[in-house]
Amino acid sequence: MAESLDQVFVNLKHWLVALLPPGNLQSWASLIISVAAILVVFATLFAITTVLERKGLGRIQNRYGPNRVGPFGFLQFVADGIKSLIKEDLVPRAADKVVHFLAPIAMLVPLALTLAVLPCGRNMAALELDAGLLYFFAVGAGAELAVFMAGWSSRNKYSLFGAMRAIAQMVSYEVPLILSAVTVIMLVGSLSPVKIVEAQQTYHGWLPDWFVFTPWGLAGFLLFIIAATAESNRSPFDLPEGESEIIAGYFIEYSGFKFAIFFMAEYFGMFAAGGMAATLFLGGYAAPAAWLGFIPSWAWFFAKMMGFIFFLIWLRGTLPRLRQDQLMNFAWKFMLPMALINIVAAAMWHFMPPGLPRWLVCSAFVVGPYLLLGRGLFGQQKLGKRVYRYAD
Amino acid sequence: MTLPFLIVAALTIAAAVAAMTLRNLVHCSLALVGAFVGLAAAYLQLDAQFVGFAQVLVYVGAVAILIVFAVLLTRGGEAPAGTVFSSSWKWGALVAAVVFGLLAWAIKNSFASDRRPTPQVEATVKQIGEALMTKFVLPLEVIGLLLTAALIGAVIIAMRDEAKSK
Repeated sequence: MAESLDQVFVNLKHWLVALLPPGNLQSWASLIISVAAILVVFATLFAITTVLERKGLGRIQNRYGPNRVGPFGFLQFVADGIKSLIKEDLVPRAADKVVHFLAPIAMLVPLALTLAVLPCGRNMAALELDAGLLYFFAVGAGAELAVFMAGWSSRNKYSLFGAMRAIAQMVSYEVPLILSAVTVIMLVGSLSPVKIVEAQQTYHGWLPDWFVFTPWGLAGFLLFIIAATAESNRSPFDLPEGESEIIAGYFIEYSGFKFAIFFMAEYFGMFAAGGMAATLFLGGYAAPAAWLGFIPSWAWFFAKMMGFIFFLIWLRGTLPRLRQDQLMNFAWKFMLPMALINIVAAAMWHFMPPGLPRWLVCSAFVVGPYLLLGRGLFGQQKLGKRVYRYAD
Repeated sequence: MTLPFLIVAALTIAAAVAAMTLRNLVHCSLALVGAFVGLAAAYLQLDAQFVGFAQVLVYVGAVAILIVFAVLLTRGGEAPAGTVFSSSWKWGALVAAVVFGLLAWAIKNSFASDRRPTPQVEATVKQIGEALMTKFVLPLEVIGLLLTAALIGAVIIAMRDEAKSK
């Protein structure tokens, strides 16, 4: 029973494909079913997440949030979708029409493509690539150019500012993002997300063999989620959007469904980041304990991914926005050295025999530099009474 | 000459031509990105996953951003008033055609053209990594040193400016 529930979607796909005559048609059908499943599932999740985010933020800020459409306001996304569909599509007269039109597409396509390599459950990776992680980061990097296209083509100072901020931030945080994933690649010896998840399927006493339960894995996981938050331009790294300074950043001149596409792309980016964080460090579709194995693997994957989304919503409701120099200093002076040292810690873990000494040495390699770097950078800052240069 | 190859080749060439002939520099660099992507698709069709994805990561993710920033910081991305063609473009085209003909003739007559097709080898990322770490470790280290030197040089140039302005 548990086995069939676990593979229910895989079996459904095989059954649907087998209805067709064998040959070329079957492989095409298999491809189209996978693509359709990814688009439908993640677009639905996006719709639900927008409502959850507004409800969650409302809860944090002591208000109701949307509560008119449907039970407890949970059908708000339907109203939002219809609104954005029938809204007038405004294009500024000075805008570069072609690039302005292409930018939302160029934003959504790469981020939707990254979802293809995520193993959403046992045998449920749409695209099983030998170089899957490389594909993930390479395709995801395409979104940076779309941000530039949107910001530049609008012919608006604020949107260009937003685009410049976003690109500077995404380029800077991409380095620690990839470097923190390198530790897992080193230990597993493969770039394939499926192999990485399979390496974390066993249980060690009451703890699962997830990489987050090792010193380098914990450091790598934290670095990865911080960098992934910055990559998806979410609070506290939402300077590119900074409503109080540059109104909405690079998509300020977009309205109607084009704006909705940018919104969707941002959430796809969050899903991809959460799914990849779960795949790399949290065991992907593995259950946290052996006796919980009766719950299907895809449920665990999506639970972990939505846990990451919840964490992001929580952060957005709690933390203030960083300043540009703080953002850059944090990326280059703290994240990058920590990620590099973490690679050394992972190498030590690989070469030392299992046991207590390995834990102590690796922990020292992670905690020592963390303390030294943190203290060192904190000492550099001249903290004291705030001085207003212009506002006095 | 399969259909997917023809489509990718046509798109790549069209993007490259657009990159040379469009009037607006930012449009040119965006068209160049199209050519980069087409090239990556060609690599992928040859089963070279690593090279294809590295092409996307490096050229689309980094070099394109660099070009776009350089364009914006120098000429503001405004279209030039005059024609984009140089006055001596006919001579340039002639020289290019002659060079192309010579190269094509040389390649046609070289030993490379009558070589037997080698059996298909699956070049996995693991094999590339092992080759880089064993056989080609010296070139890899030299390139790493070169890039580090370039990085430090860039930082020093940036720092000197800051000291002057103080």
